[in-house]
Amino acid sequence: MHRFSLGTLLAGAVCGHQRAVRQWRSPPPKAAYAALIVGGGGHGLATAYYLAKEHGLRDVAVLEKGWIGGGNTGRNTTIIRSNYLQQESMGLYEHALKLWEGLAHELNYNVMFSQRGVLMLAHNEHDVRSLKRHVYANRLNGIDNEWLTPEEAKAICPPLNISPTLRYRVVGAALQQRGGVARHDAVAWGYARAADAMGVDIIENCEVLGFMRDPAGAIAGLETSLGPIRAARVGVVAAGHTSVVLARAGLKLPLESFPLQALVSEPVKPVFPSVVMSNTIHAYISQSDKGELVIGAGTDQYVSYSQRGGLHIAAHTLAAICELFPQFARLRMLRNWGGIVDVTPDRSPIIGLTPIPGLYVNCGWGTGGFKATPGSGHVFAHTLAKGEPHPIAVPFAIDRFATGRLIDEAAAAAVAH
Amino acid sequence: MLLIPCPYCGPRPEIEFRCGGEAHIARPKEPVTIGDVAWGDYLFVRTNPKGVHAERWVHTHGCRRWFNALRDTLSDRILATYAVGEHRPDRPR
Repeated sequence: MHRFSLGTLLAGAVCGHQRAVRQWRSPPPKAAYAALIVGGGGHGLATAYYLAKEHGLRDVAVLEKGWIGGGNTGRNTTIIRSNYLQQESMGLYEHALKLWEGLAHELNYNVMFSQRGVLMLAHNEHDVRSLKRHVYANRLNGIDNEWLTPEEAKAICPPLNISPTLRYRVVGAALQQRGGVARHDAVAWGYARAADAMGVDIIENCEVLGFMRDPAGAIAGLETSLGPIRAARVGVVAAGHTSVVLARAGLKLPLESFPLQALVSEPVKPVFPSVVMSNTIHAYISQSDKGELVIGAGTDQYVSYSQRGGLHIAAHTLAAICELFPQFARLRMLRNWGGIVDVTPDRSPIIGLTPIPGLYVNCGWGTGGFKATPGSGHVFAHTLAKGEPHPIAVPFAIDRFATGRLIDEAAAAAVAH
Repeated sequence: MLLIPCPYCGPRPEIEFRCGGEAHIARPKEPVTIGDVAWGDYLFVRTNPKGVHAERWVHTHGCRRWFNALRDTLSDRILATYAVGEHRPDRPR
């Protein structure tokens, strides 16, 4: 692997960065692998990386229908936090946040992880109680979260309008200082590069068309658009298209796919130092290192794979943004897009085994999967390597929809959950 | 925003409607005896197709009546609407 350092950066600067080298191979698929990952987004690539690194399983291929990081990994608003309410969720997202904190060093790749703090605003008595409950639950579990007055929130994020005359005035906020943002593309590229260096094959433009089964019914491989590939272990990490992929194995899951929108403004100088979210009036916003304000809207109300949402959904969020930050009202929006998110009934992911031996699934991350990328890959690699769930992933098994032991983050977590 | 042809009021903008999710999911006749897996399937498992989807809509800010629609989930084009209780019509062209 081409290692990056201050020396390589200076050498690159001297020659105008004209000598860039490819960071991962683009091999044709072999006839067989020890394990196959379906889906080359952040979660799939992270799974392959941790399979190779932690479990020594290097005979692995990642199959991606399009290009790596081109789905939801390249479409989300890159917010990272672990201030969830339920104990199981806190375990999973805090596991991910701890991995984020060392990720750039570990991958030798700058994922631009910036712990600039995530502010969640309260606008009424119910919000105050709910967010304080989150703060206390988080602190009991060793996760940082603190309660701020409106003035303290404004000190953290000066553009915030805390005027008492607002239609939905800010009455307080919860702050997770360790939360923040990362550069989404760099996460996919960093994992791809590090996994490739350990022997993982990353195969783009390869769509899964069907599942091969042995006489006992277990997984024997995949039929793909590049021909059959044999493997005894297959992990499906296909986000919004999980239902489509698994329908080809005859499986139906408790998932529905919805378009989730985001938009960015024209780039401006640094004006916005943290991440701000509001459940009640539905807005979340941060500023990217390029200077664009990155704004997240909600999901449409109907199942769709169209990768674009209704304009009224985005307009609703922009109205809220303009109320909280009136100085942004004259900014022009540069781009608006949608990604397809797979939502479970309890708004918590499904990680684990399926009824088909050798077939594993990691899906249902809904509107909040990016923040979990390292943790998701880490626990799913364990699940694939050992054939049993990682201790952190045990509560997220698919059987919870039969036992009724749901992990209800629906009303408890952030915007759009 | 979708333009939804309400069978009772004609085409109206989507914000007048609420989507009620997948249609034709029948409540099991004997919930006590079917077991937890089948009950969980009834409550939670959905077809979630990339293609034609039969779904329920209610014209909340209009006639307030429920109806079913066939919609292509890739193009979001509504292919047909029909009354609650009717069988799913054959897929139109």
